[in-house]
Amino acid sequence: MPKIVAATGNEGVANALRQVTPDVCAAYPITPQTELMQRFSSFVSNGQVQTELVLVESEHSAMSACVGASAAGGRVATATSSQGLALMWEILYIASGLRLPIVMPVVNRSLSAPLNIHCDHSDAMGARDSGWIQIWSENAQEAYDNTIQAFRIAEHLDIRLPVMICYDGFIIGHSISRIEYLEDGEVQNFVGEFRQVNPLLDIEHPLSYGPLILPDYYMEYRKAQDEVASKVSKIVLDVADEFKKLSGRKYGLFETYRLDDADIGIVILNSAAGTTKDVIDEFRDRGIKAGLLKPRLYRPFPYVEMGEALKYLKAICVLDRSDAFGGSFGQMFLDISTSLYPYDKKPLLINKIYGLGGRDYLPEHAEHVLNELIEITRSGKVKAYKEYIGVRE
Amino acid sequence: MAKILKLRELSKKDVLISAGHRMCAGCGAPTVVKMVLMASDYPVIAANSTGCLEVSTCISDYTAWKIPWIHSAFENAAATISGVETMYRALKKQGKIDREIKFIAFGGDGGTYDIGLQSLSGAMERGHDMLYICYDNGAYMNTGIQRSSATPFGADTTTRPAGSAVPGKTEQRKNLTRIMAAHDIPYVAQASPSHWMDLMKKVRKALEIKGPKFMNILSPCNRGWRSRTDDSIMLSRLAVETCHWPLYEVENGVTKITFRPKQKRPVEDFLRPQGRFKHLFKPENEWIIKKSQEDIDREWEKLQKEEALFAS
Amino acid sequence: MKLKGWKEVTPGAVILEAGNAIEFKTGSWRAFKPVWKKEHCIQCLLCWLYCPDMAIKVKDGRRAEFDYDFCKGCGICALECPGKKGIKAIIMVEEEK
Repeated sequence: MPKIVAATGNEGVANALRQVTPDVCAAYPITPQTELMQRFSSFVSNGQVQTELVLVESEHSAMSACVGASAAGGRVATATSSQGLALMWEILYIASGLRLPIVMPVVNRSLSAPLNIHCDHSDAMGARDSGWIQIWSENAQEAYDNTIQAFRIAEHLDIRLPVMICYDGFIIGHSISRIEYLEDGEVQNFVGEFRQVNPLLDIEHPLSYGPLILPDYYMEYRKAQDEVASKVSKIVLDVADEFKKLSGRKYGLFETYRLDDADIGIVILNSAAGTTKDVIDEFRDRGIKAGLLKPRLYRPFPYVEMGEALKYLKAICVLDRSDAFGGSFGQMFLDISTSLYPYDKKPLLINKIYGLGGRDYLPEHAEHVLNELIEITRSGKVKAYKEYIGVRE
Repeated sequence: MAKILKLRELSKKDVLISAGHRMCAGCGAPTVVKMVLMASDYPVIAANSTGCLEVSTCISDYTAWKIPWIHSAFENAAATISGVETMYRALKKQGKIDREIKFIAFGGDGGTYDIGLQSLSGAMERGHDMLYICYDNGAYMNTGIQRSSATPFGADTTTRPAGSAVPGKTEQRKNLTRIMAAHDIPYVAQASPSHWMDLMKKVRKALEIKGPKFMNILSPCNRGWRSRTDDSIMLSRLAVETCHWPLYEVENGVTKITFRPKQKRPVEDFLRPQGRFKHLFKPENEWIIKKSQEDIDREWEKLQKEEALFAS
Repeated sequence: MKLKGWKEVTPGAVILEAGNAIEFKTGSWRAFKPVWKKEHCIQCLLCWLYCPDMAIKVKDGRRAEFDYDFCKGCGICALECPGKKGIKAIIMVEEEK
């Protein structure tokens, strides 16, 4: 029997971690992830979960301890946000390069300077090329479900890669909403026993982790890592299928909403997708063929599937909650453009930057974007390819 | 524990770092590692910070390590081994592993005194059952002899070369052993490969103690010290006999000097054979040698007073 | 030696064979060569202990010949050798070309 609760996103994810019961969890507090680790720590203190906590002195050490613990040969998790993820940056590449299946919820928050603790996606976007799998979540239920599935994906013997589960700080992390919890036993059966690959703790078979690799081999290791990434999509879908049987909730590489016959569409990540869906409904009521695509597996990016889903549209706006500074576009815009590049006939694409540092994303922003897309399909002309919305002049 | 170590017996043990590593001829570090691993009667798992020892012992398809070994980055050997040790505790509690295993981190002075100090301090404060070994060669040798906070006063390095305006390093060496002792961990010691029995006894003692332990071991580097390839043991002996590198331990807060030179030699005896101190013997730099001697005398005095305090 | 392709490398670059550096010979680095004079050797084993390159063989607790496959010729053994009655049991000679 699933248990339905009213809980914050952080509480839901902490509960998912409790149900999975990692062997080791090394973490450092940072807003807005703090609540997650506090709740998990209280599970530990009250004997509700048998996990060894390592309460480190920085996120750099959190990820370093996770690397050591994971190589040692057990299930490992941590969590972070923003500056914490930035401080981990160096070790993120080591975790993926050593092929260690660490699971890490990232409660999305902006990056300093200026200092700001509220939601945007700059943190996880900055780590998008670190070799980690990234799974993004619209709401608390998805964050909970994705956290459970992440262990299966990370630990899959064909992959063995670390996974980030991203969800919006405060908006999802701290807001109370409805979550359907699986039973503890169901979760434990679903994730299964941890299977060791090259455990450092095997004294009988001493291994060396982390050699210096010279130019004669470095590219071979990188190519092998790239090739592993190509296997991820299928495994994410397989795990999602199994999860649906257990929970009744369906997940894919991305979610489409009223997209099949759409002329115009919005591509948007995480919580803002919910607001956008409501506005799309209003436009549909007025007879306008609008739709939405919400990426779930963001790394490795499913370029082909994404291109196939979007190529029929006339105009698309990609909304990025982060900016790639340097006269460029938002990160997701660049990825969507790449997915559509192979097609001769493709939609017109525009990019909007929204919601930085916790700036509200409101229904009128979605309306503004959809109206602009209508105008583009009518005139065939694009006024501005990139624009900040919700910003004062 | 305190049994006498006999080389004849030790030589029958498997040396857990193999030949075929690519450390420079005459480097002190492999000897330090060899002694540390040989001292242990337990299986050991090691972490290594980025540095000479790491790049030269595990390269391409070849590893010189006969024990489980992990290198992650420069500044995180302590945090990395703390993760390994925690997983060991977790799996032991679950009954998935039952062997007694010891955990050792190796870092150079760059990875320990400087960039890795926070990671080390954190791991020590958290109380992991681990031994951190700093092999201190007094500069960033791997990248080409750049100054570190372990570089002795007056030494010539590539980032603080002795010139007409600057006489080498103008700052005193950081006293890391004391900083670690101030963590109030159960065991802190300073050792030198020249005094191999003292070194190995300290390692054996450390491994018998539960909790975090730290050892600072002098590790001569002929490339950086601008000395001969055959003198690393001799120089480490002179460092001890001049009290530049006093051998002592702090066990549960109690200081004990473990080797007292019959006659404390002047610091010049340690400085003279090394090219990095050559400029100090010019008349205008005499004051540096004088100050170095004063610093050594003061520290030696302090150690003796501390020891006496606990003896009474 | 044929270099491996990307499909053949170990995932995560983990080295599975402990101590396989023994396959990498460092003896060619040598400019000077230690020579063991058995008759002056007191079997103190200090040379074995202080050798940074594990290039001195021991058998049943007694030192045997140098392992010239690995000796880099640093000379520590010769310097540290106490010898017998002041005569060293290890001397350094120039490596033959």
